[in-house]
Amino acid sequence: MTADNTLNRFAGVPWEPGAAKSDPVLVVDGVRRAFGGLVAVDVDHLEVQRGAITALIGPNGAGKTTFFNLLTNFDTPDAGTRRFEGQELSRVPAHRVASLGMVRTFQLTKSLSKMSVIDNMLLGATHQRGESLRRSLLPFTWRGQEAANTARADELLERFKLSHMRNEYAGTLSGGQRKLLEMARALMVEPTMVMLDEPMAGVNPALKQSLLDHVKGLRDLGMTVLFVEHDMDMVQEISDWVVVMAEGRIIAEGPPSSIGENQAVVDAYLGAHHDAPLDLGEDR
Amino acid sequence: MDWGAILENTIRGLIGEQFIYFALAAIGLNIHFGFTGLLNFGQAVFMAAGAYGLSMAVATLGLNFWLGLVLGIIVFPLILALIMGVPTLRLRSDYLAIVTIAASEMFRIIARSPSLDRWTGSSDGLTGFANTFYELSPFDRSQRYFFGIFIGNQMWVVLVGWVAVVLVSVGVWAVLRSPWGRVLRAIREDEDAARSLGKNAYWFKMQALILGGVIGALGGMLRAIGTQSAQPQNFITDVTFFAWVALILGGVAKVGGPILGAAILYGILSFTDILLRQMVEAGIISTSVMDGTQVGQVRFMLIGLGLVLLAAFRPQGILGSKEEMALDDR
Amino acid sequence: MLSSSMFHRGLRLLLLAAAAIVGTLGASATIASAQSDDEAIVKGTITDTDDDGARVGVAGVVISALDAEGTEFGRSTTDGDGNWSIGLSAGTYQILVDVDSLPEGVSLRNPDKNPAEVRLIEGDEKSTLFPLGEALVESAGGVRVIQLAVDGLKVGLIIAMCAIGLSLIYGTTGLTNFAHGEAVTFGAMAAYVFHVVGVFGFRMPLIPATVITVVICGASGGLFNRLVWAKMRRRGASLIAALVMSIGFSILFRYVMLFQFGGRAGFYDDFRLQTKWDFGVFSIAPKDIVLMVLSIVVLVGVASALQFTRMGKAMRAVSDNRDLAESSGIDVERVISSVWIAGSALAGLGGVFLAVTESISWDMGFRVLLLMFAGVTLGGLGTAYGALFGSIIVGLFIQLSTLVIPTDMKNVGALIMLVLILLVRPQGLLGRRERIG
Ligand SMILES: Nc1ncnc2c1ncn2[C@@H]1O[C@H](COP(=O)(O)OP(=O)(O)OP(=O)(O)O)[C@@H](O)[C@H]1O
Ligand SMILES: [Mg+2]
Repeated sequence: MTADNTLNRFAGVPWEPGAAKSDPVLVVDGVRRAFGGLVAVDVDHLEVQRGAITALIGPNGAGKTTFFNLLTNFDTPDAGTRRFEGQELSRVPAHRVASLGMVRTFQLTKSLSKMSVIDNMLLGATHQRGESLRRSLLPFTWRGQEAANTARADELLERFKLSHMRNEYAGTLSGGQRKLLEMARALMVEPTMVMLDEPMAGVNPALKQSLLDHVKGLRDLGMTVLFVEHDMDMVQEISDWVVVMAEGRIIAEGPPSSIGENQAVVDAYLGAHHDAPLDLGEDR
Repeated sequence: MDWGAILENTIRGLIGEQFIYFALAAIGLNIHFGFTGLLNFGQAVFMAAGAYGLSMAVATLGLNFWLGLVLGIIVFPLILALIMGVPTLRLRSDYLAIVTIAASEMFRIIARSPSLDRWTGSSDGLTGFANTFYELSPFDRSQRYFFGIFIGNQMWVVLVGWVAVVLVSVGVWAVLRSPWGRVLRAIREDEDAARSLGKNAYWFKMQALILGGVIGALGGMLRAIGTQSAQPQNFITDVTFFAWVALILGGVAKVGGPILGAAILYGILSFTDILLRQMVEAGIISTSVMDGTQVGQVRFMLIGLGLVLLAAFRPQGILGSKEEMALDDR
Repeated sequence: MLSSSMFHRGLRLLLLAAAAIVGTLGASATIASAQSDDEAIVKGTITDTDDDGARVGVAGVVISALDAEGTEFGRSTTDGDGNWSIGLSAGTYQILVDVDSLPEGVSLRNPDKNPAEVRLIEGDEKSTLFPLGEALVESAGGVRVIQLAVDGLKVGLIIAMCAIGLSLIYGTTGLTNFAHGEAVTFGAMAAYVFHVVGVFGFRMPLIPATVITVVICGASGGLFNRLVWAKMRRRGASLIAALVMSIGFSILFRYVMLFQFGGRAGFYDDFRLQTKWDFGVFSIAPKDIVLMVLSIVVLVGVASALQFTRMGKAMRAVSDNRDLAESSGIDVERVISSVWIAGSALAGLGGVFLAVTESISWDMGFRVLLLMFAGVTLGGLGTAYGALFGSIIVGLFIQLSTLVIPTDMKNVGALIMLVLILLVRPQGLLGRRERIG
């Protein structure tokens, strides 16, 4: 499958908020969340295309992180429905959302400081036999699986340039390394959809490039990626589709090249009645 | 002053019955707090569950000793863990702390209430449930053993206790290095991270609460057997903190921590206790400063002070590493 | 409420006073520990009706406590108001009135209930009544539900006063302070020292003693914060380490008080036993009315201070969002210091009130602490108003629950309620869900 193929999936999709997709993996309807008087999220309708990379952008405080929390059930919406692969998520606890195949990372990294990097990775593996208290006392029932998981974890660590830190405490990693670890750990789950909250914040450009290639590779293997990012170069580079949020609402949707010219987006970022086109990095 | 008695008492503290009860309680707490991050301040109630499970089964209900064991080690702590865990384990850790302390207070009120005397024996507690245990003793009850420190029945309790401590520790060590233990540590570090990776944090915490509670109940049951009575006084709130001090002193999240901590703690307590008593008796401390009953209170002050100083200056305990503590990025 | 600058200017002076008091505590309070092995008390009032129908105490009646074999364990002679009390260790006793010591022409109304059996557990304080001939029976009277509601309101108001500090300290620092109960006990004990034991041989009435006590409690709260908690915060100690420390302090303080005062319950001399006013549907002692009114005044005062003064607003702002408050120029440490001072002063006052309506004992604060937790959790941890409402509901609940459960287990009802609240609405009535991610 090539990138062109993926682009074709968006053929005929109108460039407007709430546009219907040909094969949505996630469908959101009327999701609302208010903190006191402040309405942080108020999304009428959103569909996320399967097997594509979708970027979620918007000014600070637009409600992106809150929206992520609502999608993964780390927070409960005041109203609205979310369907992942046709399954309504209202009564699904957060950990079940992950085992359904939708895995998220956090904007403020949650690396498990007092565990080694490799243990962090191994935690991501699903259906571990040794995670049952009964079998934990019988190592021969889970040793084999553990070895296979370890091999896969080591491959990912290699990819994310973390192999040399394998046996160190995760708490000793730098900020950027923690971002990487968290992303690699999410991939250990083998999700059908990953949701990354600012995955590349603080990662050096050379490594960023290699990771972007990796993410594209994941897409080509059929994984759906939804990520929040402030760096417009990166958005331009890897996303197939861009969703723009401001003040809790979806104000625009379209392919990356279209977003810079969208008046609503320009207004949202720079304040209303700003005439100059917004430099969102498309010409680099 | 009788230095022989002082030495003997100190050794008893280091390896004797008290050490065993509290080592087990602290091992349970280590699973709760050390490995999972649960703030259980009601370990005494789990101990009481073991003690009363056995004694009520035998003395109140007239069941046999072995059924009593099952009730005390499995059924009672399980029910207790569910009652305390179901409402709180979804919430921030403080709530478990509050509910477990509240459970201790409830236990005190209920166990001492004269209106339930028929079941619990109220303040006097229950007796006469441990005969089967002592009938199995290979030791002669009129003999002294282990350099004359323990008489026959005590020796039997201490022996069984030590075997229990060793077996439980090995089991805990094995369980905690499995993937199950890895999930517990992840939950201790950051519950949301564990949940985002598909781990049912609530269920794992519940399992940990039950497992640690069962081990605590074993300690409490041995205490009831060793003293041949189940009394509310032996399981009041403050008893929990003896286990806490033992845990923090030895080293949190180290399998050997609670054992080392309980030994040192009871070594120190037994030593100061007998020393003070002898000093009061010998008139070195005048009764206007302290009388016999007040010596017991000094032990609690030491526990309180110990908790304060340990938490402030050496939260990693004797076996813990400073580096690991420094990773705490709260 | 005082402005914070006044708090701070006064602080140094108060600390000196506190140091002096702590010194005298050590010297003088051992008087009470002479009978430290008394674990429980049995007491009562023997009254007769005078010609106008008013109740008067009967002096000089001898009452003794015997065990089943007839061995005497204690004896008391009624004072001028007819009061008697015997300190005993836990156990079952026969309480016997020496009928020969009754005045001429007076007899027991129920001679077959003499002796009366009482069963005492540690910390108990039981009343045993021996109604006389024509005298009125001292009973709750009235409609039971209303009587209990009034008592519950009284208890609730006192819990609220104690709990505000707990909640605000949690809100501003994140510390669940288990030693807050000891601030309550400390208040009750300090007033006892000034009022009953005496300092340098000088004893004062309860009201000025209370005023001094409140000042000392505030000062020692501030000192406690400065010497311990501020340091811990500066070192970046984890909240869990701090919580464990507070438990250590709680045990330490509690047993120091036991050591000093003994296990026996104590009473203030003033307002000790008052004839209840009968309002038909319920009856209440005058002192309890005064306490309730005072509590309401204090609580309304605290609420309006939180609402309208600068420091009050700052406290709420810091509770709400510490970082935001800090970045908007609020001196957070100073606010926290004021919270400790005000919260401890209120807890001390609550302690005195509690001692006036009930009695003083070394672990009274710890028992109230659990009720405070119930109240604070019900209202929403960290919110000042939540603590207020929650505590009052808890107080009502404790008393009203005795309609269905035995009185000696009434606190169990409140603790069960705590568990139920957590199941249904863990953030409390006024609380809010937290931020994730
Ligand atoms: N728990 C909460 N309580 C109160 N307000 C909240 C809470 N969580 C989020 N908010 C508010 O909701 C709004 C949206 O926040 P959110 O974190 O979702 O923004 P964001 O789009 O992720 O911003 P950024 O790009 O800076 O990460 C903000 O105004 C924030 O203050
Ligand atoms: Mg965000």
